[in-house]
This record gives sequence, structure tokens and C-alpha cells, in this order.
Amino acid sequence: MARVLVAKVGLDGHDRGVKVVARLLRDAGHEVVYLGLFNTPETVAAAARDEDVDLVGLSMLSGAHLTLAPRVVEALRAAGVTVPVVVGGIVPDADVNDLKAAGIAAVFGPGASADEISATVASLVATS
Amino acid sequence: MTASNRERWQERFAAAPLRDADFTTMSGVPLEPVYGPPDAEHPGLFPYTRGPYASMYRTKLWTMRMFAGYGTADDTNRRFHELLRAGGDGLSTAYDMPTLMGLDSDDPRSEGEVGRCGVAVDTIADVEDLYRNIDLGEITTSMTINAPAAVVLAMFVANAEDSGVPRARLGGTLQNDILKEYQAQKEFVFPPRPSMRLVRDTITFCAAEMPRWNTISISGYHIREAGSTAVQELAFTLANGFAYVELARAAGMEVDAFAPRLSFFFNAHIAFFEEIAKYRAARRIWSRWLGDRYGATDERSLALRFHTQTAGVSLTADQPEVNIVRTAIEALAGVLGGTQSLHTNSMDEALALPSEKAARIALRTQQVLAHETGVANVADPLGGSYFVEALTDDVEQRAEEIFALLDEMGGGSMLEGVIRGIEEGWFQSEIADAAYDFEKRVNRNRRLIVGVNCFTDGNEEDEIPLLRITGDDERRQRDRLAAVRSVRDDAAVERARRDLATAAADPDRNLMPVLIDAVRTRATLGEIMATLGDVFGHHVEQPRI
Repeated sequence: MARVLVAKVGLDGHDRGVKVVARLLRDAGHEVVYLGLFNTPETVAAAARDEDVDLVGLSMLSGAHLTLAPRVVEALRAAGVTVPVVVGGIVPDADVNDLKAAGIAAVFGPGASADEISATVASLVATS
Repeated sequence: MTASNRERWQERFAAAPLRDADFTTMSGVPLEPVYGPPDAEHPGLFPYTRGPYASMYRTKLWTMRMFAGYGTADDTNRRFHELLRAGGDGLSTAYDMPTLMGLDSDDPRSEGEVGRCGVAVDTIADVEDLYRNIDLGEITTSMTINAPAAVVLAMFVANAEDSGVPRARLGGTLQNDILKEYQAQKEFVFPPRPSMRLVRDTITFCAAEMPRWNTISISGYHIREAGSTAVQELAFTLANGFAYVELARAAGMEVDAFAPRLSFFFNAHIAFFEEIAKYRAARRIWSRWLGDRYGATDERSLALRFHTQTAGVSLTADQPEVNIVRTAIEALAGVLGGTQSLHTNSMDEALALPSEKAARIALRTQQVLAHETGVANVADPLGGSYFVEALTDDVEQRAEEIFALLDEMGGGSMLEGVIRGIEEGWFQSEIADAAYDFEKRVNRNRRLIVGVNCFTDGNEEDEIPLLRITGDDERRQRDRLAAVRSVRDDAAVERARRDLATAAADPDRNLMPVLIDAVRTRATLGEIMATLGDVFGHHVEQPRI
């Protein structure tokens, strides 16, 4: 089982989804570190390094994902953390390729099922 | 011998003006304004279960108040004019994340978020653009803002006065409901107690100077969207309402001096009958508590009025056109529940901010309900249904159990009970538990959602055109702010900030006049909020799953 960091970055306070996903992953047997609201790329990177996690999950519902998600990836890599990063939230299909090009391993849109999320997390951790 | 409810209702109904429409069925059967035995509850009579007004939609249909905001103030002003041309009759302003958090568009924390999920407002100059060529003495305006609500109200008042509309003529609603931010929406800035002082200042200021203004829209909407049940939405929202009543009373105000200007905002979710029961129970509970516990006697204090928005969380990203159907059913629940105003969500909102076409269809949905279906002919048409009456009683009783718990947590004060519930994370946990429970039921197929866990044929070819917000909006807004900063008198801004800090440090002072002076210097929202933050401190939520 994996050790997963989940966080909200930016100014968006919608935390229903991130908490539900955190609980789903915990119930699927993963260890979950929830970093809470209003994180910056730097606070996520520092926590990912200090907590020695296997995967980072970001929740974004404000439309700022194209700006913020790549920055989190950069901050993580700058901190020497190479684990996969996934994004969940309101992400239009048209943005998925841009996010992947920026180093995001998977994107979960509205309607992603619990099974899909746990299976993807498990396989990303296994292959990384 | 005392008059029956029917006779008392009749007297009020007779005094109400009626709109010009035929109140008959399609076959020509004449319809009564309300049905029921003479001793039944009636609309416009205590405890208002059946509606706040005797004549309900026969006098005036609900206000079709569409929530809009994106990009710069100019962009949103254009959308406002489109909505008014399309027959909308009230405005509702959505702000972007930086504005909601009290940050300027050129703050590094705002990058990527400017104009994304609402309009960016940095200074009074943006407010001027936002309401250009809209008669603020006629059109009522709702502002969905909370932590910086007092500052945005100050900008609104100063701008209206500068354009010749006195503050006493301004009609509209400030959301200004900070308690639910800590509980659910999480757009807070200051800790609960100084935030409540700002709310107190807006209540006392508006009671004295803005008689047509609704000072708080006590909102269950966000509590529900964050995952609560209908009963929790009802109970937490009304408990917050009681907390605001106790806050204003503690400031020395008579309950009837401010309670008529409190309004509510509820969600209309997809579980049709429970929503209707929720609205009916809300009116009954509010009138009893205001009368019995807080000593209100003015009927306008006792009769709960509310805005409704259909449930954003009920919308699906797959097969988005089906969302039009969901929204129509939810809107119907709001209307049968007697809402005073209504926003209908657009089909594309699980994917993006609404496109113009999607927003128009959402408004048309309300117009079909209002003008084609005949549902507005009779007040509380489900009143007297064995089922709906029993469900109303049941929802009411469950809410009362939650009030008893909060009252005990507060040692006999709902205000203290609610603040303690926030500080201890009680509301947050209750809501997260309910959200998770819902999700598990969806995952186990105990709750079916079309296009999500059943009937997914068609999910592969369901693309619709979406509104795209580009980085250009952010650049244009930063340029706009830079231009304002370059022409203002910086010394005047600094003086205003010092005056504000001094006033904020004295808890007995009302900050509204000081804020109005400050915004006139073109001090920015971020500067004003930072000045207040230096005095008040900042709230940090402990992360809990």
C-alpha cells in the first residue's frame, strides 16, 4: 500500500472532493496525509519531501489548474521529489493533454469513480 | 369569536395587488389562490409554513435572479445587460477567488485565478465598470461575497452615491454570511470573532441607513454543496441565523429593527419532496424561534424569505444536456416550496463557467415554469398532502434536535454554540461524513446517477461548447489595476489605511463609514483587507479528513 499526500493548492476552498478522495484512499488501505487548504507549490513540495510520500494528489475546482499544477510539479522536482502527481477537479477534457505534457500523471474529472481513482493510484505507485 | 385562519388570510389577500394573468386551468377551471380547510395553516399567517405572503405568486412571480461574473468588470457588465435583455429581473454578482479572499489581482497568490470563476474587483473603479448603465435605484443587486463583504458593500455604496443614487434607495442583498464559510465554503480570512464584528457593523449600518438592503443572506446552499444532508442544511443554516440574531441583540439592537432584513439562501437538490418539506419547515421554525425565543413581533421578522439555487453538485460532466432536466426538476421544487428568487444552473457547470447559450437555457427553464405550467397559480399547492405535511414535520423535528445540541454546546447561546462548533471542527466533520456517506452509496450503486453509474451510453459523444477564460483577462485586469494605482493620491490612501487600523482596533466603532472613506481614495480591496488583517489576525483551519 502507498503513502499518498493530498492537498488543495491556490485560493479555492472547495474541499468536498479532496476529503472524499482522501477517505476513499484510506479505506482502500493507503496511508493518507491531508495537507488542507490554501497550499502553495512550495508547501506541497516541502511536505511531500518531509513525509516521504509515494504519490501527490492535487484538488482544483477554480479553473487555475493550468497555472498551478505545472508549478507544483516544478517545485516537487526542484525539491528532489520524483513521485507521480495526479489532479482531480473541474478540468475540461481540452486541458488534459496540457497537464500531462506538464508532468501530471493522471487527471480525474467530475464523475471519476472510486475504483478508477484507487486503481490508477495503485498502478502509478507500482510503476514509479 | 375569533376569526378563522381562512378569514384572516382572506383579509390580507384582498389587500394585495394581483399581477395581470388568468388564474385558471387550461380547461378554464377557475383556481383559488390557496386551498385547505378554514382552520389550516395559510400563507402569510404565522407560522408561515405555507409562504411568507398571503397572495404569493399571484402578486409577483419569484425574481429570476441569475448569478453571473467572469473576467473583468467590463465583461461581466456585458453579461448583466444580456441577462436583463433576456428577461432576467435582478442581478447577482459572482466574484473571482482572489476577490473572495480579499486579494488584489496583482498579488502573487492570485496568479492564474483572476477572473476565472467570477469577476475581479480590486477598486471602486471596477465597481463603476461593473454596474455601468444599470439603474441601481431600480434593479436589485445581490453580491455573493463574505470575508470582504463590508469592503465590497462600501465600494457599492460609494459608487452608487457618486453616480447619483442615494444609499437609502439601494435595494439588494449582501451574502455576508461568514459562519458558513468556516463550516463549508472555506473562503474565510479573519478569525470568527472579528469577522462577526464586521457582520455586526454591516447590520447596524444598514439598519440605520439602507432600509431596502438585505444585510445577510444566510446560506445553506454551500453547506449542502459541501456534502450535507437536507436536514443538516436546514439546521445549520437556521442555527447560523439565530447566531446573527443574537449578535445584533448583543450590540443593543431590538430584534425587529434588523430581523426584517435577514434573508436566506437554500439549495434545491434533486430529492424533490424533501426539498419542498425543507423550505416549509424552515419558515415554520424561523417564525417560532424569532417569536418565542427572541421576542420578535413584526411580521416581517417572523416570515422567512429565501433565494434558491439549483444544486451544482447534482450536475454531471457526462451527457451534460441531461442537466437541463435535473435543473428543471430542482427549480420546480423551489417554486412549489415558495421561493422569492431563483437561480437555475446551466447544463455545462460541471465542466466550466456557463456559456451564454447555456445560461439562456437555464433562464428559459424558469420562464417555462412561470408562464407555461401554471404552477404559480396556487400558493403552497402541496400543503395538505399527507406525505408532504408528515415530511415537513419530520424534517422540522430532526432540525430541532440539532438546535438542542448546539444550544447545549453554547451553554444556552446559539451564537456561542455555533462558534464553538466551528472552532472544534464539528460542523466540518458532520458535513464531510455526510459527503462520504453519499459517495459510498453512489459507489455501491445504492444511489443511481444517470450517466455516472448507470445509463452511460452516449457518454462518449457528449461534447458541448464551453466558455474559455484566457490569461488575457488576467493581464487586462492587472493593467486596469496598475492604471488606477498610477492616478490615485497615494498619501490619501495611506491616511485612510491608518484611520482604518485605528478604527478596527476599537471594537465599539462601526467600520462602515471608515471603509466608505477608504474606498473613495481608490485604496484596493487587498490593501484594505491587509490593514484589517494586521489588527484582526488570520484564520487557519486545521486539516482534517
